[in-house]
Amino acid sequence: MSTTTYGWLVLAFPLLGTLVVSLGYRPLQALGGRTAGWIATGAIFLSFVAAVGALLSLQSHAPEHRQLVSSLWDYASTVGINAQMSILVDPLSVFMILIVTGVSTMIHLYSISYMDKDRGFERFFAYLNFFVFSMLLLVLAGNFLLLIVGWAFVGAASYLLISFWYRRTTATRAGIKAFVINVVGDVGLVLGTYFIFKHTHTLDFLQSFHRAEAGAFGPGLNQGDLVAGCVLLLVGAFAKSAQIPLHTWLPDAMEGPTPVSALIHAATMVTAGVYLIARMHPLFELAPSAQDVGAVIGAATLLIAGTIAITQTDIKRVIAYSTMSQIGYMIMGVSVGAYAAGLFHLMTHAFFKALLFMAAGSLIGAMSGEQSLEKMGGFRKAMPFTYGCFIIGGLALSGIPPFSGFFSKDEILLVTGERGGWHWALYAAGYIGAFLTAIYTFRMIFRAFHGEPVAEARELEGGHVHHAEVPTNPANGEVEDLDVGFPGPTHAIAERSPPMAVAMTVLAVGATGIGLIQIPKVDFVIDDFLRPSFAASKLYEPHTKTGLLVFGLILGTLLGLAGIAIAYRVWVVRPGTSAAWEKRFRPLYVLFVNKWYFDEAIDLLIVRPARAVGRFANDTFERLFVDETIVGGTTGIVRAGSAAVRAAQTGFVRYYAALLLLGLTGVGFYFLLQS
Amino acid sequence: MNIAWYLAVSAIVFSVGAIGVMTRRNPLVLLLCLELMLNGANLALVAFSRMWGNGDGQILALVVMTVAACEVCIGLGMIVAIYRRRLPIDVDELRELQG
Repeated sequence: MSTTTYGWLVLAFPLLGTLVVSLGYRPLQALGGRTAGWIATGAIFLSFVAAVGALLSLQSHAPEHRQLVSSLWDYASTVGINAQMSILVDPLSVFMILIVTGVSTMIHLYSISYMDKDRGFERFFAYLNFFVFSMLLLVLAGNFLLLIVGWAFVGAASYLLISFWYRRTTATRAGIKAFVINVVGDVGLVLGTYFIFKHTHTLDFLQSFHRAEAGAFGPGLNQGDLVAGCVLLLVGAFAKSAQIPLHTWLPDAMEGPTPVSALIHAATMVTAGVYLIARMHPLFELAPSAQDVGAVIGAATLLIAGTIAITQTDIKRVIAYSTMSQIGYMIMGVSVGAYAAGLFHLMTHAFFKALLFMAAGSLIGAMSGEQSLEKMGGFRKAMPFTYGCFIIGGLALSGIPPFSGFFSKDEILLVTGERGGWHWALYAAGYIGAFLTAIYTFRMIFRAFHGEPVAEARELEGGHVHHAEVPTNPANGEVEDLDVGFPGPTHAIAERSPPMAVAMTVLAVGATGIGLIQIPKVDFVIDDFLRPSFAASKLYEPHTKTGLLVFGLILGTLLGLAGIAIAYRVWVVRPGTSAAWEKRFRPLYVLFVNKWYFDEAIDLLIVRPARAVGRFANDTFERLFVDETIVGGTTGIVRAGSAAVRAAQTGFVRYYAALLLLGLTGVGFYFLLQS
Repeated sequence: MNIAWYLAVSAIVFSVGAIGVMTRRNPLVLLLCLELMLNGANLALVAFSRMWGNGDGQILALVVMTVAACEVCIGLGMIVAIYRRRLPIDVDELRELQG
């Protein structure tokens, strides 16, 4: 089979899975058990197998022939536009589909247990498969049109999954928020595409890159339209990848079931922005200003998200902010030219973040749906497996050697530092962020697993999983029933559910060891593999400064360990310390715990003015101008005209006869005068 | 004899009928006046027919008579119907068509 055939197969299996599970919904439900879950998991697994096939077949090509385009049919072919149903299979897209399908398979497997007793089991897997299909379409797209389609599909699928428990008002509101913010990004992407298309006159990726490099935008760097196009693409990337100021949907997206959080945060969706910048690197390298925007926003996001994560008490939100922060690293990396490092971090992050979310799901299961760190504690003995997974994920996230996050994060910062100049500020921000990462990660772990065991933990030690008498929504305490649209009656924990344990074990192994495939100065698997996709890049150079490299690795390790030590001291040794610090640094604490007031700022700057304009439009424009002037004016004219005509209708026969005669006479005279 | 005389008589008869239609209120008289108008027109038709030595005008006059007969039939029928319903025999009172 040719390489591109594998690419099409990668797309076909999840689509098929979606169709089978969604259309066969009733038979599958009647069949009972977990059939739908296994079908969906199998579909993604087959897709992963096809992705491996694509990888092997791609490696058999010569390096300069590893960018393969295949088109199924013409999507729209008219004057000046030729949009094809085409995919681009190259090292970058194969790298992405491997991560997406690989991690998604584990998440599907996990969901089989996690969603077991949920009344929407089949629906959940149909959505999940659709989500993966959308993401694969996004990364395999060979032209801008298909990219936009995949981009929008991902947004729609995220809406469906975030508001999966659709009878929870908090969940539906979070879904709408995610969708609206993603649409803002979609608009940016479409407009950016327009700016690029205007000059390159083609939608195809490779052709438009060639034309841009050949000077379609004019000579030199930073041509106006190209910078505008790239910045608009960045808007799209920021919305999908939850970078400030378009990040507010991501923490709210925690309303979805935990596997959804793992899927959105680890392997798919939020990585789309990183992929987009890496894919568009020939354009971004011609527009360094846009690159700088991306790098600065990425650095700002990783700092802000880190500070917020330290103060949050909802365990899933802590992990969500850590995702934002890690994506900030990736965006910064691919924006400063550390493409391989950024994508490498994307891969390691996919493993350890999925692992952390799964472990958090297991913990939430033991708490019977409760997510607040305030109510957790002492689960170390009750859930040793989950604890172990948390520790592995936490060490990888904090960048402690030899766990995977260590190599990838430091490589991004190394390349950033090598750019010199003001990039040193980004370098510093990255290490401050790494320090914060270690603190908030282990704060979460220590609060949940150390200290005095809570009632739920004791119950679990006694061999029984806590079960809430009356199920409630942890976000607002509303009482719920167990029917469709709410979580199911029982909760799963990894210690009792083999599929969950298997998925978590695989990811734990990955989170531990995957970083070893690219060790600076030792092996360059990722660098070498991705090189054909970045052949034209001027920034894609292996790093050279050994001194900086060693300094960075040592600094990263020390900061990570210091962060863990501080977290241990504050939350384990002296549990009162954090409360004392909250009082001492009150303004800072208030700022962080309120998430830097981004929601409020957006509300004040955009929502309220928009609502005011809307109200003005309704009260003044709509009512006075449209209703009274345009609509009322038209009817008034018609009414006045008809009143005049109506007056002529007297009902007197002789009047009509006279009119008739007059008319006839008039016509007669007319013809007489004419002749 | 000059055609003008015939036409003059025809015009006078037509005008008498037209003025009658417009001024009288009794539907019966209205019908009579209508007949006058039609016959005025018929007179002109026959006169022209003679002038050109051609039968077309006369045939048309016969058609008009037929139509007039029909019209009288309907008109008288309506008058009888109005009378039977004890409505006023006055066209000015029958003005439901007023706008």
